[in-house]
Amino acid sequence: MATIDYPLDRPEPIAPEFSFSETLYNWVATVDHKRLGLMYVVSALFFLVVAGIMASVIRLQLAVPNNHVVGPDTFNRLFTMHGTTMVFLVGMPMVAGFSNYLVPLMIGARDMAFPRLNAFGFWIFLLGGFLLYFSYIGGGGLSGAGSAPDVGWFAYAPLTSKAFSRGAATDYWALGVLVSGVGSIASAINVIATAFCLRCPGMTLSRMPMFVWVMVVDSWIILVALPPLSAAQIMLELDRNLGANFFDTQAGGSAVLWQHLFWIFGHPEVYILIFPAFAILSEVIPIFSRKPLFGRPAMVGAVVAIGFISLGVWAHHMFAIGMTSWSNTFFAASSMLVGVPTGIKIFNWTATMYGGKLRMRTPLLFCIAFLLQFLVAGLTGIMLAVAPFDWQLHDSYFVVAHFHFTLIGGLVFGLFAGMYYWFPKVSGKMLSETLGKWHFWLFCIGFNMTFITLHFAGLLGMPRRIYTYYPGRGWDTLNLVASLGVIPQAAGLLCFVWNIVRSSLRGAPAGDDPWDGWTLEWATPSPPPEYNFEKLPVVRSSRPLWDLKHPQDPDWKFE
Amino acid sequence: MAEDTVITADALQMERTWTLPDRGTVGVIFLIITETVLFSMFVAAYLIYIGKSLTAPFPKDVLERPYFASICLFSSSATIVFAEHALKKSKLGIFKLWWLVTILLGGYFLFATGTEWHKLIYEDHLTISTNLFGTTFYSLVGLHASHVIVGLIFLLIVFVTTMLGFPIHTQERRVKFLSWYWHFVDAVWVVVFTVVYIIGLKS
Repeated sequence: MATIDYPLDRPEPIAPEFSFSETLYNWVATVDHKRLGLMYVVSALFFLVVAGIMASVIRLQLAVPNNHVVGPDTFNRLFTMHGTTMVFLVGMPMVAGFSNYLVPLMIGARDMAFPRLNAFGFWIFLLGGFLLYFSYIGGGGLSGAGSAPDVGWFAYAPLTSKAFSRGAATDYWALGVLVSGVGSIASAINVIATAFCLRCPGMTLSRMPMFVWVMVVDSWIILVALPPLSAAQIMLELDRNLGANFFDTQAGGSAVLWQHLFWIFGHPEVYILIFPAFAILSEVIPIFSRKPLFGRPAMVGAVVAIGFISLGVWAHHMFAIGMTSWSNTFFAASSMLVGVPTGIKIFNWTATMYGGKLRMRTPLLFCIAFLLQFLVAGLTGIMLAVAPFDWQLHDSYFVVAHFHFTLIGGLVFGLFAGMYYWFPKVSGKMLSETLGKWHFWLFCIGFNMTFITLHFAGLLGMPRRIYTYYPGRGWDTLNLVASLGVIPQAAGLLCFVWNIVRSSLRGAPAGDDPWDGWTLEWATPSPPPEYNFEKLPVVRSSRPLWDLKHPQDPDWKFE
Repeated sequence: MAEDTVITADALQMERTWTLPDRGTVGVIFLIITETVLFSMFVAAYLIYIGKSLTAPFPKDVLERPYFASICLFSSSATIVFAEHALKKSKLGIFKLWWLVTILLGGYFLFATGTEWHKLIYEDHLTISTNLFGTTFYSLVGLHASHVIVGLIFLLIVFVTTMLGFPIHTQERRVKFLSWYWHFVDAVWVVVFTVVYIIGLKS
């Protein structure tokens, strides 16, 4: 009979030899979800380094008062490109990359639902990235004014109108973002169709790994939140190039419309960005605590709740524009409401660790730091949701510190946890634990040096986006400490890069299942072959690999 | 051992009876959802800017309700269903006929939009930059028209390949998705017509 034994028996993988040009062609023309996933993550890491260097220059400029490392115009371009790159060319491809690589493996499928659409999504995202960066060369346009865009990542009208933003830089910004958004939508449709239609026999929705659940809801938010941004960019381009009047107040248009459209996208976007971290934590914490995820149904419910509540909170970015008090009340209340499901998640991850047999390896360290830092970010978020409090600190460094706590302290730490966890699967080699711990501690200390201090700079009234400041306002020491924090962060990141390079070449072999995992990706060889599974598995519980390894004590008896 | 055999038999049973939704169906449904959101932003912009134009021409002076073109577009939703049914019953001749009628109805709608725009631009001097009415009108109706164009291109591809003898009956599933998209384009016109030619007409 066709019983499934563990470890799964399978033939030795055949490794054909390819010349360099053949290899290059195979990568460029690939529709394999694992290669595309890797290409997404590697391009995202490249842009992370680029935007990280921009951030370092920003901190260098702000280290001491009256500094003149860069001029005001360059400074404006730096923070615009830093923000846009980090959100659209680092965060979004990370979403697509992780879900591309892992969703088919976790649900026991051989590829995504639409492999060619998948490849299209990646290449059009990359084109968007090139369009944005081409502005450094082509941004001058016919009038010869301006280089890269300098309108800030949310590009408020009327700053983006022809009168204030000459040249073509803002057009490159709008088109780059619009085009890479098409890629994100393609990949989101793909993830949803894959998870709904290609699950292996027995994998019901209630048995689907938490990672896949989170990525499905994430894709849902992408599908309903990105079109408003596309609409806004189309309107902006019509305004700039065909003389339309959407955001032209002199013709009766409204600058506030841009803000609404942008934040209808912009706030769900931060959930889109943080969800991969949620997904990774929901896999990593159970494995390294040796306990199944605590309160799985509540976790699914919380994720779905965020997927809907997050669509109705956008105007808390706009408390300072003078909305009616009813609007202020509504958006303050809904913003606090979204804290409830997020709190459920934090509690459940903590409860998963409680009483578990913790293995303090690098992925878990990053997860623990995530929990603490994301908690702080959530609490400052609740503070900023209180409209009168927001009026005091709107557009101050308090806000900057808050969202860097969510996006670095949350997202980036989560992504590092995921990379340390799945690198053995992707490459077949283990990452060095020593270098990993160096990476973690350096990055964690540096990050907190920079961004804890910036909270206080903000509370003392330092506005964001100033290119320099006078001495004696109480910001000097804080800014110096914040800038010094860049050094350990950069050193930590170097450890990471070195770790990846060294381990890919001479790392210890990982084997199929180095962490004693429970989800199906660990049932494949490392790295997985192009077809993923020799024989499609049959699943009977939410921990299929546990069942295979422990036939005497399987999960399905208790589920 | 006995238990193992039961499990294996159970697993085989599950493998045989395991069915999931069709990936194309799910993909097209979510594509339509995301398109709906895109349209609703332009509809919202139109509604917000009704009556906010500072200069003439205003909708009440220049707009006429395109009754005939709208009826054509709505009936094309019916004719594409007739074509689908004919394809299901393998009546290829009737399929081609209804498919051609659908293309002609859609084509006439596009032609009517073109003549309307020509009149607005050359006789009433309303362009996208004239006032807020022009801005929102051309962008909303233009977004819809661009979707009609995309739909027509796909309809034409199906028609030409069928006429060339391509076995279209093997593509029933794709024809169904195209028909869903065409219904979506029609449904959007219901909203656009209501907003532009009923609610916004008197401003």
